Amino acid sequence: MTEQPPAPGRVSAGTGQDPGPATALAGLIPRLAEICGPDTVITDPMELRTYECDGLTAHRCSPGVVVLPDTAAQVAAVVRACAGARVPFVARGSGTGLSGGALPRADGVLIVTARMRRIIEVDAASRRAIVEPGVTNLAVSKAAQPFGLFYAPDPSSQQICSVGGNVAENSGGAHCLKHGFTVHHVTGLEIVTPGGELTWLGDGTGAAPGYDLLGAFTGSEGTLGIVTKIVVRLTPIPQAVTTLLAAFETTGHGGAAVSAIIGAGILPAAIEMMDALSIEAAEAAVRCRYPEGAGAVLIVELDGPETDVHGETAAVRGLCERAGAFEIRAAADPAERAAIWTGRRSAFAAVGRISPAYIVQDGVVPRTALPEVLDRISALSAQAGIRVANVFHAGDGNLHPLVLFDDSSPEQSAAAEELSGAILDECIAHGGSITGEHGVGVDKSRYMSRMFTADDLDTMQLLRCAFDPAGLCNPGKVFPTPRMCGEVPGVRRGPHPLVASGQAESF
Amino acid sequence: MKAEPVPARITAACERVRPATPADAVAGAAPRVVATPASTEEASALLKAAADLGLAVVPRGTGSRLHWGNPPARCDLVLETTGMDRVVEHAAGDLVATVQAGVRLDRLAAVLGAAGQRLALDPPGGGTVGGVLATAAAGPLRLRYGTPRDLLIGITVVRADGTVAKSGGKVVKNVAGYDIGKLFAGSRGTLGLITQATFRLHPVPAESAYVTAECAAAVDACQMIALALGSPASPVAAELDWPRADDRVRIGLALEGDQAGVAERAVALSGLLGRDAALSVRPQPPPWWGGGPAAQPDGTVLQIGFWPGDLGMVLAEIRAAAEAAWLDPAVGGPAAAGVLYAALPAGQDPGAVAAFVAVLRGAVGHGLPADSGHRLSEARQPVIHAKPGARHAPPAERGRSWNRVVRPVVAGGRGAARSNPTGAGGVTRPVWDQAGEDRAGEDRAGEGPPARANVVVLHAPSAVGGLVDLFGPVPSLALMRAVKNQFDPAGTMAPGRFAGGI
Repeated sequence: MTEQPPAPGRVSAGTGQDPGPATALAGLIPRLAEICGPDTVITDPMELRTYECDGLTAHRCSPGVVVLPDTAAQVAAVVRACAGARVPFVARGSGTGLSGGALPRADGVLIVTARMRRIIEVDAASRRAIVEPGVTNLAVSKAAQPFGLFYAPDPSSQQICSVGGNVAENSGGAHCLKHGFTVHHVTGLEIVTPGGELTWLGDGTGAAPGYDLLGAFTGSEGTLGIVTKIVVRLTPIPQAVTTLLAAFETTGHGGAAVSAIIGAGILPAAIEMMDALSIEAAEAAVRCRYPEGAGAVLIVELDGPETDVHGETAAVRGLCERAGAFEIRAAADPAERAAIWTGRRSAFAAVGRISPAYIVQDGVVPRTALPEVLDRISALSAQAGIRVANVFHAGDGNLHPLVLFDDSSPEQSAAAEELSGAILDECIAHGGSITGEHGVGVDKSRYMSRMFTADDLDTMQLLRCAFDPAGLCNPGKVFPTPRMCGEVPGVRRGPHPLVASGQAESF
Repeated sequence: MKAEPVPARITAACERVRPATPADAVAGAAPRVVATPASTEEASALLKAAADLGLAVVPRGTGSRLHWGNPPARCDLVLETTGMDRVVEHAAGDLVATVQAGVRLDRLAAVLGAAGQRLALDPPGGGTVGGVLATAAAGPLRLRYGTPRDLLIGITVVRADGTVAKSGGKVVKNVAGYDIGKLFAGSRGTLGLITQATFRLHPVPAESAYVTAECAAAVDACQMIALALGSPASPVAAELDWPRADDRVRIGLALEGDQAGVAERAVALSGLLGRDAALSVRPQPPPWWGGGPAAQPDGTVLQIGFWPGDLGMVLAEIRAAAEAAWLDPAVGGPAAAGVLYAALPAGQDPGAVAAFVAVLRGAVGHGLPADSGHRLSEARQPVIHAKPGARHAPPAERGRSWNRVVRPVVAGGRGAARSNPTGAGGVTRPVWDQAGEDRAGEDRAGEGPPARANVVVLHAPSAVGGLVDLFGPVPSLALMRAVKNQFDPAGTMAPGRFAGGI
């Protein structure tokens, strides 16, 4: 960190002597070793392959080089070096993302935050904690637990996924129906800007002056900078938690129960549904012993003050019975609760038992449109001759159709891919979204223009231009067409098919 | 200049246009034209015309917070949103509503209430949906439900050049694309015009109760709030009201839920708070609820944001800074959520008000002078710090064990904390690896945001505005300017009204 870096963010307009991507990267490697130490820079092709994909294995690319910084200052120095050499960079946490958001660049640097795992502070009286980006989601709750607090967002990968990755993806979890997403539980971020400057967005109070860059940054999928510290909000552990499992003959009956619960003014922490095929898969994988003959199961979790939870549990039972539930089980202790959740939690992996390959789709529809969209999905499935297992967060209309196919057959693979896309079209047609929690990444950028107009996408990218005029920070993600960041006041340029970084002028 | 006729481009773009009157002035800046578009399309045409003419535009709803912030550097056209007053869709089954920006909150509440639902926002002074969004105004319910940005799930905006853009949608769970709604929430009209918004709704609770108490000392009030928050009573709001330094400090805790649950929790909470605190439980909020200093329409109103554990310290510093300036502000607000307001009536000496703001910023925002620690030690709310495996108070004793560890005096000090990691009489903030490895030996003291509190002057007489920066120091101001330049390169949207002169 002794070297004088080029002024952050200043990328000159001249492009004459660009050394070319491979040379630029090779020239950068000794500098990275200087910043972070030689042991933390990976160039061996075999080792690099460990990082070629995240949780979505369909997209692969070995990074040009991997670096594992230990401190925020190191991250900033690495980014400054990249910016100076005009080398693209991508940040990666635990690599559990499901949209290829951390897909590396062959001509770029992959900055892995795995060594930044310090829990810097737990301030119980303020219900805040400060953590580094590599800390796992569950570790925050464990650190808060002695004070009767927990960290509410709970993506199903919470044992291994990192808080930094959660911020990039605005992760939710089964309980976000009541407790909200990552963006509702982060009150401050220390970031390295794409120009290599360390700065804070928000001050931890939740009432910071100025634009809410903290809110806009959260969920930007690593395209606006790299998080180096996170102030999270902690939530009091609810006094009581009850989990109900209700079995129905059809998803239609289950859906009616969901409507009745919401209609009664009850807000459960989670409402999950599984259809017959996903129950079958879960049964085969983990013997979860869900009621026999169920065409759908509903898992309803209620949390809060004890008396209220008692009252709501009774009400939910009644509503499920009236909607046609033929069996209802209640779990009040952690072991019973875990038993009910086992089937649900294993669902994604479990379909591997009944199909050689599968696509996990992630789409959202207004909750009341669920029955109609499910019917459409089964029609599409029958038409394509491809099975679809449905697992969903029924409370907020977030569908996870699992499209089952045989990847040894090119026809089936293509048909599965097409069906998966058609499901997203259904979501859009019903006023929903192409992703509820997995993010856009590289996987869904081509669907963005089905959900948003060119002007919508252009407007979003104004934000990107403000943060990353050179287009070096996780390029190629989220947006189908990068926007040129021209700086001439009053003159708007249309989207340009090239990310000609040399032509971009910084702020 | 004011006698000029309304430009033809403007009358062609928007049906409802009139010359401005002196009553249309925005914080003293007199516009030429007032236009009231009835739709996003009309607003788009209007903004395009205004941009072509180089007119500076200031959006206005009902005008309830138009005096907030700096006066506009230029103001040619006031764009009234009240013509866009339709509730576009209330999807009760989805707990979602889409409304135009000019819809008043009270009218929206009536529409939603008919279906047993509500938008869980209760800012003092009401106003329009667009205005509440643009000012990020929130009331007591912010403790549980957050601020407008937390309930906003989709937004339609018109950029300075007339481009219409939306982000989000009408589903609660949605991570497709950047969240432009977050960016516009609290942007005070400086990035563009909000024309439509979609919100997540909540059921109106079956039962509500308000537990109130009066305390002789602020420290007792803080203790009670902390006890209530750590208890299973699970309040959705916790307000504090302290009208003058010599007055008793009142607190109010709102409970919501089912009938049996609320009744039982109200009793338990009263028991927890003690016998001698003039306790009362009532079905309606106390008269001072959500009002007080935050609702004062004139004079000077400050908003102080802080980490909730610092409540005692912040209260003490507000009183100390006021006393030093010979002032006696009304203090109150959603204290448990880390927000307080301090209000001074009109007619105070501007120099004294400015000194109050400056001293308070110095005290809570950027490190305390070392010697102030003794004077304030009684009122300061300590923080429990611990690491896994270390001895800590069991949850049941949490409320009682506060005095065991004292928060460092220099917490949040910008340069001070770094050069003096342990502070004067404080403790080092613990640092540990998530695997439990103790790394306290590493010098990481002072990590965290550069300041753990901020003081924003929401509104003040112009004489005060000339003496202090209303917004104070703002981290990442360079990024904010870059965002402004991207969205409004010609600088015609509410120019100069915001932080850093944006």
